[in-house]
Amino acid sequence: MSGSFYFPIVGHHDNPGFEIEFLPAEKVESKHDHHHFNQSIAHAALGLVDANRWLCNNMHLKTVDKFNEWFVSVLATADHVKFITLHDVRQDHGIKNLFSDVYELYIKLAMNLFYKPYSPIGSSTFDIKVQFLGKKHLLS
Amino acid sequence: MSRPGNRRPECHKIDWHLPAISSSASAHSMNRDLFVLTYGALVAQLCKDYEKDEDVNNYLDKMGYGIGIRLVEDFLARSCVKKCHSYSEIADLIAQVAFKMYLGITPSVTRNESSRNEFSLILDKNPLVEFVEELPAGRSSLCYCNLLCGVIRGALEMIHLTADVTFLQDRLKGDKVTEIGITFLKKLEEKKCRRKK
Repeated sequence: MSGSFYFPIVGHHDNPGFEIEFLPAEKVESKHDHHHFNQSIAHAALGLVDANRWLCNNMHLKTVDKFNEWFVSVLATADHVKFITLHDVRQDHGIKNLFSDVYELYIKLAMNLFYKPYSPIGSSTFDIKVQFLGKKHLLS
Repeated sequence: MSRPGNRRPECHKIDWHLPAISSSASAHSMNRDLFVLTYGALVAQLCKDYEKDEDVNNYLDKMGYGIGIRLVEDFLARSCVKKCHSYSEIADLIAQVAFKMYLGITPSVTRNESSRNEFSLILDKNPLVEFVEELPAGRSSLCYCNLLCGVIRGALEMIHLTADVTFLQDRLKGDKVTEIGITFLKKLEEKKCRRKK
């Protein structure tokens, strides 16, 4: 069971920090028009995230929104950094593991004093690691 | 007791008998993360203040020099080492006693075969770069740990040895290991002795 996943990281001021797509092997062709679509769904979900975060004890908010066939799952940290996944198949366990691992990577990046907090993440090592984690948790 | 001048270093191995935890560790303990983050903040601020990498490197070296000339007093008082008779003993002392005492790591010492005065310390893990994966864009010739070079240079100068200390290889720049090269230069003359004559 594999679906396509769109994974952005949104910073404190709702600014984009990072984004990546995980597509299964048969859908490898790039979808530029869907890209803007995904961004708008994720952006629309941000309001719901802020409403839901006060109802939940832990950071993992599970699925906060549904748009057509897309589910939106979110991990929202205490300093308002949101890890969002748009997915078309339910894969809660994989997404939860992905969130935990990427969150750990993000913490390590945040401790780097050369990284300006909440700025776009340009590090190629971060990108490679997130791709690896995505394949490991989502596409296997 | 006189020693022959061309004594080989191998038969002159010194056993330091270091305790597992250094005696100075209990006197000056600090949270490791705090220390690493403070050093990182220092380097990040210098990068904001100076545009050129060479300026940042020079400034780090000067700061390290200021630390080294003072740190050597603490080191000599706490380690109680005896007088060294060769440059290789000094290099071993820096690697096995000083680094262990202040940074908790023990770099390995290699010696340049062609010259008696050149030594390298190979650091296989460096606590100062724990949170830095790679150098930021536009700072490719920054020597992140240049403070260490200044510390070694300052400490040696206080015991009347001039040395040239630089980074020969750096993991942050893509090399396999981090290597600090120490080249001992001519010994400083003691001016007091001259005046008496």
